[in-house]
Amino acid sequence: MHELALARSLIEIVDEYAAEHNVTHIKQINVRLGEMSAMTRALHFCFSSVAEGTSCEGAILNIEIMPLTVYCSTCEAVKAPTGRYSFRCPDCGMPAHKVITGREMQLASLELFEADEVFYTPPTVKQPSRLESI
Amino acid sequence: MCTVCGCDPAIDNKNSNELSSSGFASEQEHHHSHYNDKDHHYGQGEAGVTVAGFSQNKLVQIERNILSKNNGYAENNRRWLDSNSLLALNLVSSPGAGKTTLLVETLKSLKHDIPVAVIEGDQQTDNDADRIREIDVPAIQINTGKGCHLDAHMIGHALQEIALPAGGVVLIENVGNLVCPAAFDLGEASKVVILSVTEGEDKPIKYPDMFAVADLLIISKIDLLPHVDFNVDKAVEYARRVNPDIEVLKLSAKTGEGLQDWKNWIIARTASIATESILISTIEGNHYHA
Repeated sequence: MHELALARSLIEIVDEYAAEHNVTHIKQINVRLGEMSAMTRALHFCFSSVAEGTSCEGAILNIEIMPLTVYCSTCEAVKAPTGRYSFRCPDCGMPAHKVITGREMQLASLELFEADEVFYTPPTVKQPSRLESI
Repeated sequence: MCTVCGCDPAIDNKNSNELSSSGFASEQEHHHSHYNDKDHHYGQGEAGVTVAGFSQNKLVQIERNILSKNNGYAENNRRWLDSNSLLALNLVSSPGAGKTTLLVETLKSLKHDIPVAVIEGDQQTDNDADRIREIDVPAIQINTGKGCHLDAHMIGHALQEIALPAGGVVLIENVGNLVCPAAFDLGEASKVVILSVTEGEDKPIKYPDMFAVADLLIISKIDLLPHVDFNVDKAVEYARRVNPDIEVLKLSAKTGEGLQDWKNWIIARTASIATESILISTIEGNHYHA
């Protein structure tokens, strides 16, 4: 359930920014989530509900997944482990548990509506045909 | 596209997909598996939502941690705890691992050695705080309602009600949950994760986030080991796989076996906090005189 808390935190940050800059509606929110946070779908799932009535209502949520990388002190280099929780260097096999990327949960940037744009159009949901879903 | 959650199995397999952030129609026939295998792996693919017809301009860089607000409160808590020379430990486990029983048995004697207070987190009821108060230890109950974890803001308010002398310990019993509390820093010095032998020994790799952020693993209910298939060595190996630095203690709150080691661990930590704060105040003192 903490995706709700995350969505609320995210929207709070955006709302604060919007209030400070006299922006009523946000077009797009760009977020970076580490692979280890494993929150992508959960955050997407609740985002639109939490966004209702805020500057983020109708905004597009874009999530960039940051891959897991660790620092191997034996090879003295940043490596990408093969498994999500096997903190070993894929090359030398030594334990490498200093995570460089993959744990972040960060609001990267916002795209704002230009003044002359229609600031909110509900996104149309395409009704999928049976064929598409199989 | 799946209308349950908006995923697209075809694109998912290529490790990226498009999700619709609005509206879920119903479709019963879709097998809700995102991958070719039988398991559901959420949060692995790249996701994005796009709406046709919007140009994308006026980009503003923000670069802020999503949990920055919680982390801000946590830092305030940590500063307050440090300035009062208090040690805070955040006890986490799945429901029923024996957190409250362990606290009660620990505090019965620990309260004579050092000043202690407890913050209890549960969805509902004051039962746990009542159990702590019964042994004459001050306890504050936080009911999270629908919430699945304690956050730093709740703890900040609870700490205001705690009056402990320097060198004391605040034990925070989090909501029984091995997932969400891992993400929320409360300002504690350490997270302590409790795993009982009636659970699976593979919990550390099934719920790795929690074990990755904890400083100490307590394997509890070891009096039951003869009756269960729990492999202690395997559990420790799994825990060290996700967190090579994790310390391990084994104990039984019922028989008292191993309880003294745990109390010694707490006492040693309070001593180090006290030394640190003396150092800090000395440094700050010098700074003001300079």
